[in-house]
Amino acid sequence: MCFNLALNAEKKVYKCSISLLCFSKHHNLLTLLNANGGLETTEPQKKVIRLDELDVGFAEAVAKAGGEKINLCIQCGTCTASCPMGRRTAFRTRQLIRRALLGFRDEVLSDKDLWLCTTCYTCLERCPRGVDPTDVILALRTMAVKSGRMLDRHKIVAGFVLGQGHAIPIDETNRKVRVSLGLKEFPPTTHSHKDALAEVQQIAKKMGFDKLVGYEWK
Amino acid sequence: MRNVAPKLGIELIDMEGASCCPAPGVFKSFDQPTWLALAARNLSIAEAEGVDITTLCSGCYGTLKDANIVLKEDSAKRESVNAILHEFKKEFQGNIEVKHFVEVLYNNVGVEKLKNLVKKPLPLTVAVHYGCHLLKPTKFRKVGSSERPKFLDELVEVLGAKSIPYKDKMMCCGAGGGVKAATPDTSLDMAKEKLQNIKNVGVDCMVTPCAFCHLQYDRGQVDIQNKFGIVFNIPVLHYVQLLGLAMGFQPEKLGLRNNAVSVESILQKI
Repeated sequence: MCFNLALNAEKKVYKCSISLLCFSKHHNLLTLLNANGGLETTEPQKKVIRLDELDVGFAEAVAKAGGEKINLCIQCGTCTASCPMGRRTAFRTRQLIRRALLGFRDEVLSDKDLWLCTTCYTCLERCPRGVDPTDVILALRTMAVKSGRMLDRHKIVAGFVLGQGHAIPIDETNRKVRVSLGLKEFPPTTHSHKDALAEVQQIAKKMGFDKLVGYEWK
Repeated sequence: MRNVAPKLGIELIDMEGASCCPAPGVFKSFDQPTWLALAARNLSIAEAEGVDITTLCSGCYGTLKDANIVLKEDSAKRESVNAILHEFKKEFQGNIEVKHFVEVLYNNVGVEKLKNLVKKPLPLTVAVHYGCHLLKPTKFRKVGSSERPKFLDELVEVLGAKSIPYKDKMMCCGAGGGVKAATPDTSLDMAKEKLQNIKNVGVDCMVTPCAFCHLQYDRGQVDIQNKFGIVFNIPVLHYVQLLGLAMGFQPEKLGLRNNAVSVESILQKI
């Protein structure tokens, strides 16, 4: 990476450009998560990015959303080296944090690889600076969801909690298993208590969660 | 669990009206205040009974334990959550603890007492999978090191079994963080890698303290067979199932007949 500062003699404006080598990581096409929760491919970034194209307040926003320690990162790469998902996909923890720090807001929030982290916390435990990368990733995800970028499969899971109170609701097979083991067909949770389910739903409504995930009440 | 706990002197009380904990990796990825509010509601149900919470799932443990600590330490968050809970005549007070059942076994029951309760020592070789949320983030846990823990191996060996080391033993199962829902094939690829490492050392079975890891490895082997055509045939037991066997319970009382991968091979050995 190199900075070129050029003084424009006529307008006395400093023009700053950052050239990024090795930016594209998906064989010359980038696959992004668009605002409808779907995937789209697009041409790679041009190699020279102007400073005014970046969101310089993004790192601060990430810190406020829960990734408080993001500014401590020294890009050592211990996180990427520890990541079990990094070993089998194009997900690169260190690079994601770098792009967030530089202010590539839309690219980071649209990155589908952001959703590959299993929150195993290995990076958080090993980070020599205490960046808490897992918390940074979770914060970025909530910002992505707020900006309308949520995977359809996740909307379904959220819908299960809103509709039945459980991310993995009980089904007919498991109800039979419960009975065969001498238990009541339904567990004593929101599955058995309508008022409890109503509470969960009302709390979610107050938090605006239903609107956030695009849930349609029946 | 309901059969094993009373023999250990533990009385279990159901949390009536509890909901999804809510799932940590999933909900913290969507909206953290909602995650905290739903977790607080669950915590308040146990507080109303005046008892600590224990759980068989490390994911639920992760959410309830972390939320409990956050709410105890951050008064601003606690107040805003209680403002909502008050409308339902509930309140988070911060007077209980959240303990994973394995923690209860190791710290409250103790290895010595467990040894005395073993009726049928298990001559089995076992691959122990700790999982992630039982141990991490260590700043919110009291279970010691997350790189080389020993306590679960001790709990397995007190039953007469032998814990066998294997490559990448501490690796994540791949189901968490919403990944099992988002990209099931990549999620199963992680499980497949560990199952292969376990197959390479050759064990009688695999043991996990987490219900979600159990789903990933047990039911997951069926999915791996269907999607990738690979058959591992490694029985996967939740630790409480293994404990129950050593305490002399019939397999039916431990739900072992409902495991996706047949446990017949180990039942023959004991």
